[in-house]
Amino acid sequence: MRIDRKQVEHIAKLSRLSITEEEKDIFGTQLSNILDYIEKLNELDTRDVTPTSHVIELTNVLRDDTPRTSLPLEDALGNAPDRTEKFYRVPKIIE
Amino acid sequence: MKKYEAIIGLEVHAQMLTDTKIFCGCSTKFGSEPNTQTCPVCTGMPGVLPVLNRKALEFAIRTGLAMNCKIAPYSRFARKNYFYPDLPKGYQISQYELPICEHGYIEIVVDGEKKRIGITRIHMEEDAGKNIHEGDHSLVDLNRTGVPLMEIVSEPDIRSPKEAVEYMKKLRTILRYIGVCDGNMEQGSLRCDANVSVRPVGQEEFGTKVEVKNINSFKFVERALDYEIKRQIKVLEEGGTLVQETRLWDSGAGVTLSMRTKEEAHDYRYFPEPDLVPVTVDEKWTEDIRATLPELPDAKRERFISEYGLPEYDADLLTSERALADWYEEAVKSGGQPKAVSNWMMGELMRLLNEANASIEDCPVKPAQLAGMLKLIDKGTISGKIAKTVFEEMYKTGKDAETIVNEKGLVQITDENAILKTVDEVLASNPKEVERYKNGEEKLIGFFVGQVMKLTKGKANPKAVNELLRKRLKEQ
Ligand SMILES: [Zn+2]
Repeated sequence: MRIDRKQVEHIAKLSRLSITEEEKDIFGTQLSNILDYIEKLNELDTRDVTPTSHVIELTNVLRDDTPRTSLPLEDALGNAPDRTEKFYRVPKIIE
Repeated sequence: MKKYEAIIGLEVHAQMLTDTKIFCGCSTKFGSEPNTQTCPVCTGMPGVLPVLNRKALEFAIRTGLAMNCKIAPYSRFARKNYFYPDLPKGYQISQYELPICEHGYIEIVVDGEKKRIGITRIHMEEDAGKNIHEGDHSLVDLNRTGVPLMEIVSEPDIRSPKEAVEYMKKLRTILRYIGVCDGNMEQGSLRCDANVSVRPVGQEEFGTKVEVKNINSFKFVERALDYEIKRQIKVLEEGGTLVQETRLWDSGAGVTLSMRTKEEAHDYRYFPEPDLVPVTVDEKWTEDIRATLPELPDAKRERFISEYGLPEYDADLLTSERALADWYEEAVKSGGQPKAVSNWMMGELMRLLNEANASIEDCPVKPAQLAGMLKLIDKGTISGKIAKTVFEEMYKTGKDAETIVNEKGLVQITDENAILKTVDEVLASNPKEVERYKNGEEKLIGFFVGQVMKLTKGKANPKAVNELLRKRLKEQ
């Protein structure tokens, strides 16, 4: 399966990534290879297998509505590349 | 000009009244310091797993039942993928092809006509964080990230902004009755997006659909839709074509502005959420939850009409809030005559509550106290006019009517001799008016009554005053 430049550009846009012209070719090839590899699964005969979204046969794993301690502010913001005293700080968001 | 009709469907996001977030134990408390209610799960740290809050699930089922939905025996979560700074995981956990509730409806009344609005689906999802735009940067607060929401999607059954408002009101009333959402639009616990299109009357197929976002107050529901419908009709009338797009309601300017067109629309690449197991709900669980539902607004309204003989208007108003309806019924149970209780609640009580910007829950007068005051009117102890003063005093002090009447000496004078004395006094000191009355100016009776009431400080029984005055004037 071939991922063309246009698709790479679309995916990059959805992911908010800016990539170079050169990278568009590289990622196009890499993504195509990954899809080809996954395509292998189609060789399996799954006619008698019920489709599922989950491999574990479990349902209704639930928790009670009981509050637990949250992270202290310093821990929450600890890994942020940019921050103010109380907030994460990011480049200006424009829709 | 052709006649057009609007086709409107609403997507309402309702924040559930749980103590914790939908997939982690962080608090949902509103108004806390920024970024103090987060944990590795809701901030999307590697290696963590979400676990569904049982109460959130039960609230969604509860809502579905109250809105006549089918509860899905099998449902699951899905990832909605998009990149935005207020969404730390890069996806929102939502429900897609298998929502928890489907195929419901609620009823609204517009211009006296009952109308059914279909509910397409109700699904559970997590909220995103909050962005604050500041200069060259945006600041992000993740306290709201992971707060449980229900998205309630209506069928495109709504035909006017007025119907949309009634639908929103009814939705809010039901959500508040069943205790799953506080319905506070100002704080964002109830948010509304609308899908709007117009078509010439008689045309079968729908026109081009526009999504209007950010309708975050009750009064804007009508204004935003009104504006958008007029805008669309104008485009068509001028020979233009509409584009499928998302528009943002700008409440300051009172207009909708284009946000993005379909060509560059988000491609959410939904897929089943592998970190959460599916949800199954059997009949017993559904019925157990149904058994805990309170009497719903429509049923209560019907009952108020049949059981208490109230006019529709009274029943509508009194059942608009569960607490108000409960207050009413308690006052009636304490012996208040049903229509009298309704009149006093809709009149004086509401006026005083509105003035104090208070809700019925904070009302200093208890239902039995209103019933007690009504008894004093019935017995003739106080007049209806004095009762207003007494009621204001009750509201101010929380005291019983009887106590206030005794303390302030407000007992109505029904003793004929006492009233007669005042009547004679008034007639003696107003000889000119008496003369004019006798010459046919009968409307002066009102003047005499007023004088007697003034002298008795409003305590004389008005009926007795009237009768005695006429009798005395005839004798003169
Ligand atoms: Zn958390």
